[in-house]
Amino acid sequence: MYAPQILIEAALNGLMTGAVYALIALGLTLVYGVLHIINFAHGALLTVAMFAVWGAFALFRVDPYLAMLGIVPLMFGAGYALQRFVIGPASHGSDNNVLLVTLGLSIVLENALLALFRSDTRALDSDAALQVVELGPLLLSTPRLIGFAASLAVTALLWLLLNRTDTGRAIRAVAREKLGARLVGIEVDHVYAVTFGLGCACLAVAACLLMPTYYVNPRSGAAFVLVAFTIVVLGGMGSITGALVGGLIIGVVESFSGLLLGDSLGQIGIFLIFILVLLVRPTGLFGARA
Amino acid sequence: MLEVTGLRAGYGATEVLRGIDLSVREGEIVAVLGANGVGKTTLNKVLSGVVSARAGEIRFDGQPIAKASASSIVEAGLIHVPEGRKIFPNLSVRENLVLGSYRRGRARRAENIERVFTTFPRLRERAGQAAGTLSGGEQQMLAIGRGLMAEPRLLILDEPSLGLSPLLVEEMFTLVRTLNGQGLPIMLVEQNVVQSLDLATRAYILENGTVALEGDAATLAADPALRRAYLGL
Repeated sequence: MYAPQILIEAALNGLMTGAVYALIALGLTLVYGVLHIINFAHGALLTVAMFAVWGAFALFRVDPYLAMLGIVPLMFGAGYALQRFVIGPASHGSDNNVLLVTLGLSIVLENALLALFRSDTRALDSDAALQVVELGPLLLSTPRLIGFAASLAVTALLWLLLNRTDTGRAIRAVAREKLGARLVGIEVDHVYAVTFGLGCACLAVAACLLMPTYYVNPRSGAAFVLVAFTIVVLGGMGSITGALVGGLIIGVVESFSGLLLGDSLGQIGIFLIFILVLLVRPTGLFGARA
Repeated sequence: MLEVTGLRAGYGATEVLRGIDLSVREGEIVAVLGANGVGKTTLNKVLSGVVSARAGEIRFDGQPIAKASASSIVEAGLIHVPEGRKIFPNLSVRENLVLGSYRRGRARRAENIERVFTTFPRLRERAGQAAGTLSGGEQQMLAIGRGLMAEPRLLILDEPSLGLSPLLVEEMFTLVRTLNGQGLPIMLVEQNVVQSLDLATRAYILENGTVALEGDAATLAADPALRRAYLGL
């Protein structure tokens, strides 16, 4: 058996990774909960954000955490514009169309990145990834600790936004009652676009938190989004709490199955959970019953 | 206050409103009556900018609003409390009221919530509860309360008595009279002909997307044709 110190470290590492997963799932679940569409472009948009972080560092030596200040508003704006001027108008009010439009969008984005950057894998050439914090007998990676704290902070901010501001209340109102929302003067198209923008902003934060320890190539977003789908299903489609709790659980599961089965099989545990949830509790942990 | 002339609207190939003329003046309760499917709800949706008009004119306070967006119509103070309530089931009662002042009346939000709670004490008791868990009558109160939060200059009530017990219907009509007594013009869209005529200043009877009868509510109530068609007398 493993020493307790290794198990604790594995659990903490899982929680730290899981928090960033949760952030990615958050964007997905928010868009699903309000627009009732699965955003197939989520992965490609994450890749775009990761390239932006890499580019800012490679070209201008901008610290990835500092880059958040620019990349988050940019991604919000890009998401807003995509929904308002591309996805919304192209869907003509049909959810099936939206599915195809976002799928098409992901193909366009991925191939544009391929054309620009080739399929090479790139990482930030800094030693930030190697820094550790000593916590008693435990060694924790500094960037992942930062990622953990920032992910929790962003989740809390998003919760506050949704529950304590008019914009947030309007988002939740539109999610369930569109006509009622229009009759109190809420512009549904605007709210949709803001929601999509927030989803993209979550991706931007995640990208800034990931890049110090991770790498990017035109397909890297897709791997994360696969995990994010599992989290959304586990936590319950459309639930913010579900995304956070689901993300942390999935992070820990991945970490332990990696420890027990080896790195290359680490993700088996995740998909085992995915199948189990679908079989046993299809609404997820926090999902509303249809 | 509200002037509608030659209004036409519909969905796809179906024309639902075939040239409606009606008006609501300051201080009035105007009843718009008719059986199911004559276009009452469509009329309301066109007035509030949710469905677009195909022809005709709508003036609110002298301003043309036939092509205006739903949000700018709310901003002007023409507030529509829809059929089926359309409250936000996943939000608390208080949040529903807060969103009532999303576009208009934001400055006096706290005061107005207090006023709605005074009018509907039941809503105060349930302020923190999800609106979807309210009873039908309470949801109707909430829908009207949410409408009042926008400080309406004209209130359209679509079938406020639908699905309520006779006692609650009575309460609802009393409320309409009270609100009107405070100076609020109301357009009351109803299937409930007897009680609506009793309450209203004037009334319009819709049939097949046009106005079949109109006039003073008291006169209409005595009209033999109407008594035959709607009251079975």
